[in-house]
Amino acid sequence: MADHPERDEITGRYTTGHEWDGIKELNTPLPKWWVWVFYATIAWSVVYSVAYPSWPAMAGYFGGLTGWNARSALTEDLAEARDARSEWLTQIAAKDVPAILEDNTLRSYAMRGGEVLFKENCAPCHQTGGAGAFGYPTLADDEWIWGGAPEDILATIRYGIRDQDNPDTRINYMPAFGDDWFTDEQIEAVAGYVYALSHGEAPAEGPGQALFMQQCVSCHGPDGGGNAMLGGPPLNNRIFLYGGDKEDIAAQVRNPTHGVMPPWENRLSDEEIKQLAVYVHSLGGGQ
Amino acid sequence: MSLIKHHKLLETNVFLLVLGIFVTVAVGGLVEIVPLFSIKSTIENVRGIRPYTPLELAGRDIYISEGCYNCHSQMVRPFRDEIERYGHYSLAAESKFDHPFQWGSKRTGPDLARVGGKYSNEWHTRHLIDPRSVVPESIMPGYPHLATTPLEYGSIAAHMKTLDVVGRGEMYGPVEGAYENAIADLEAQATPGADTDALVARYSDFAYGPDRAEDETTTMALGDLDGNPDVITEMDALVAYLQVLGTMVDFTDYDETRKAEWIR
Repeated sequence: MADHPERDEITGRYTTGHEWDGIKELNTPLPKWWVWVFYATIAWSVVYSVAYPSWPAMAGYFGGLTGWNARSALTEDLAEARDARSEWLTQIAAKDVPAILEDNTLRSYAMRGGEVLFKENCAPCHQTGGAGAFGYPTLADDEWIWGGAPEDILATIRYGIRDQDNPDTRINYMPAFGDDWFTDEQIEAVAGYVYALSHGEAPAEGPGQALFMQQCVSCHGPDGGGNAMLGGPPLNNRIFLYGGDKEDIAAQVRNPTHGVMPPWENRLSDEEIKQLAVYVHSLGGGQ
Repeated sequence: MSLIKHHKLLETNVFLLVLGIFVTVAVGGLVEIVPLFSIKSTIENVRGIRPYTPLELAGRDIYISEGCYNCHSQMVRPFRDEIERYGHYSLAAESKFDHPFQWGSKRTGPDLARVGGKYSNEWHTRHLIDPRSVVPESIMPGYPHLATTPLEYGSIAAHMKTLDVVGRGEMYGPVEGAYENAIADLEAQATPGADTDALVARYSDFAYGPDRAEDETTTMALGDLDGNPDVITEMDALVAYLQVLGTMVDFTDYDETRKAEWIR
């Protein structure tokens, strides 16, 4: 600075010229490479603030000479991804699900896409590979509550089941037969009949059989084969959503549990729903 | 070099040094803060956004007290991979009634900004009681006590009033009858078969404003949410909160080119 710094006798280096109680400090400047990198970052910040959105203004902000912003960059990114898939996606959009199933190449593309979508959106309830869980139907077998044809699966995914807000949702309610409808003995009898039916040993007559024919056949079918139009599940096999023991069946007759599936029409695109329908249809039991 | 010569003056005079520091910091503050004085709000006002209903608000408190935010973020960032997984990126307006916001910075579990409507109420209840009963690979702890703990909501109206102070009177203040009916609204939302018309109308009026169409109603989870219709539990509240996350804005109606008409 103003006065000439003195040279330290022992090291031969200059001091900073500061002195505290007789102690002097050696002048050790920053390495030249560091200083130049520092200057470079300052220069870069100027370039950056000119090129990209930076300075706030009284109304709005300076948008930068390149015109970049996060939302338009995202739009481009999404469009690019769509373009890359457009060869398949346009075909999926144009065809209905049965036609996609017949086209081998298109089907394998839809299967891959459907698998990814299934893992993210469907597996939490229906489990990996559609294995199903208590209260969540197995999709890998050939028993369908609301129908296993491609268009049925598509409609179920699109509109959901018993959704409180979707006007097109699939909906049915089994009456709670325990509410002043059946006596305990009658519930016992009909549960016994259904249990026997599920084991292929249904008696040809009896109180359970009579009640079943009166109250249950309209949805579950005279032979217990179910009715996919009304969403009445088949009862003539051992696939049960809420347990197949006699007590489980009685509980379901008394006060049925009604499952809910969310509609996906607003959450997934039409092409995505079709891919899912192809995937679910191909899990094992598509009709 | 005269500037450097005078630097000694700054370094040796405490008063001048403090003055110099103040001026330097003030410049940074002025550039960043002053332009904001000219804008009424930095948040776009988006159609459909409303404050939480009393039950959802109670659920949000449980979300915070149970520390859900430690593992779950609520912010879909504007990247392709996030949008393909979670849905439309989060808007600032979607957090405008969150005090404090729940954006988070850590995702041990998935983002929850758009979890509303993705699963059934029954799934949420089962998952919160025992996550591995539905997601075998999950590492989330179970929260079975929520299903057995009755919700304490006697002070919900006072809580809403406090939030309104934080929200500068723009939160529950404009919702007509929000405080007087807070407890009735909370009970109506969680009771199966209850009359929820007043509750839905109250919050729909706010969400869609004066140009609300007759049949336009805001989405909220109604009825017995936790499979136990006899008691309103903490589980009911938390499920109501989770089911509304990210559902207020109708993105099927959104497109960048019509932004001006969409944002009011």
